[in-house]
Amino acid sequence: MQQEVIIAGFGGQGVLFAGQLLAYAAMDAGKEVTWIPSYGPEMRGGTANCTVVISDEEIGSPFVKNPAAVLAMNLPSLDKYEDLVKPGGVLVVNTSMVNRQVERENIKVVSVAANEVAEMAGSKRAVNMVMLGALLANADLLSLEALETALEDHLPERHKKFMPANKAALRQGAAHKAVEVVKS
Amino acid sequence: MAKELIKGNTAVAEAALRVGLEAYFGYPITPQTELLEHLSARMPELGRPFVQAESELGAINMVYGAACTGKRVMTSSSSPGVSLMMEGLSYIAGTEVPAVFVDVVRGGPGLGNIAPAQGDYNQIVHGGGHGDYHLIVLAPASVQEAIDLTGLAFDLADKYRSIVCIMLDGSLGQMMEPAEIPPMQPLKAEIPDWAVRGNSDGDRRILTSINLDPPAQERMNYRLMTRWQEIEANEVRFKSYYLDDADFVVVGFGTAGRIALSAVRAAREKGIKIGLLRPITVAPFPNEVLEELTEKVKGFLVVEMNAGQMLEDVRLVVRGRKPVEFFGRMGGVVPFPDEVLTEIERLVAVPLTTNGHPRDRWLARMADVIG
Repeated sequence: MQQEVIIAGFGGQGVLFAGQLLAYAAMDAGKEVTWIPSYGPEMRGGTANCTVVISDEEIGSPFVKNPAAVLAMNLPSLDKYEDLVKPGGVLVVNTSMVNRQVERENIKVVSVAANEVAEMAGSKRAVNMVMLGALLANADLLSLEALETALEDHLPERHKKFMPANKAALRQGAAHKAVEVVKS
Repeated sequence: MAKELIKGNTAVAEAALRVGLEAYFGYPITPQTELLEHLSARMPELGRPFVQAESELGAINMVYGAACTGKRVMTSSSSPGVSLMMEGLSYIAGTEVPAVFVDVVRGGPGLGNIAPAQGDYNQIVHGGGHGDYHLIVLAPASVQEAIDLTGLAFDLADKYRSIVCIMLDGSLGQMMEPAEIPPMQPLKAEIPDWAVRGNSDGDRRILTSINLDPPAQERMNYRLMTRWQEIEANEVRFKSYYLDDADFVVVGFGTAGRIALSAVRAAREKGIKIGLLRPITVAPFPNEVLEELTEKVKGFLVVEMNAGQMLEDVRLVVRGRKPVEFFGRMGGVVPFPDEVLTEIERLVAVPLTTNGHPRDRWLARMADVIG
């Protein structure tokens, strides 16, 4: 069993850390996992993304063309990855940063106003946690508890004061349910 | 010891230090820089020299000098930087002192880009510097393997008084995977009898690569070549997947090898009897297993992130007895598994030939994709 997640957004939205957190949680659950960032010069002020592959056996390619899940944290990421989600997969969209509807069919779409939810949860920087919560609630990947434990174990010490906000953001993100998009 | 989630570059650096790296000399270049950065913090903590040289030329020549003391030394760089080190590598080889270097290969030729590639294969495996010498070249495909091979690299360098290259690519350098780094080991205690240590009262030892007497230089060359035969006989390493009942075999190293593994699994799910041979030492090359496979299988597909450099080493073994096809992406473009799967499906579906060159056929197929 292998699952792949691409997390994409602007630099500064916590894209790479969100992916690392998933990877930590997967590792702690005894899974094989790879985390690979886009590390081009475009990272500075431009778009950032990372790919996380979680598997029960030795992982082949750390790169995937058609991931089981995509977290699109802004419009360019939605434009880039909407068509690439595996049929039956999950697309989590940050509607705070997107001004159009999702057009893709045959996938589960989770719409989350992640910027607003994060701010209500206590930290506008916890957008990545809201998105991760929304993913875990709608994909058979890892438990919310596993992610919370990973957060406690791996959040840098200087950020520990944001723990309550991060956990609230995860939980509030997880309250969002996917809509199956089927052509009428 | 528990596994930690660690980046390839950092893992190699920490592993080198724990197996007794006593001096590091380097110059920053993406996508290798985390390796140097990690050592810049850790080496001084342990009271071991870390020098950021003025250039790659400086770094490799500092490695040369330090290697003459018999200590474990290394440098690391990425493709354009490694090109600058070629003269020094030839001198080190000609002096028969052990050294380890890491090449985190990026897209080229020229300044190229910082994306993952395997275009340095020929330069590293088939020379690069002048004269007759071979490097032992280790090509890991995961962070754990990179850690394990770092320990092996120093052991082999010491054992054969040879240069050992750990050839990664940008993605392996930048990727994080759970891995276990061995515990800190004591520094190498014995001083080799050839090492120069500045003792004024001991035997006079001279380490040099200059030998103005051709017959003497020929004897040195002969010694290097027979030593290489010994390395070829004893140090070949590879990993095989699904080869037992395979009709066809994909050959790929490093990241291309693990990408091919995904494609091979997908092909197996479709009922295609295909396996994967992933050379771990690309020098010495796993000729023997490839020879055995040549007798058994219907054909080969070589997959690389270059224009078919290891391909020529495969063809040297297969020698036209079975069809060999090639698929590669170049210049920092990384193939997705589905591209390799398409090639596998083509391999088993079309009539294969042993005529012509697989690179020509591949270039023709890629005209619409790349051209």
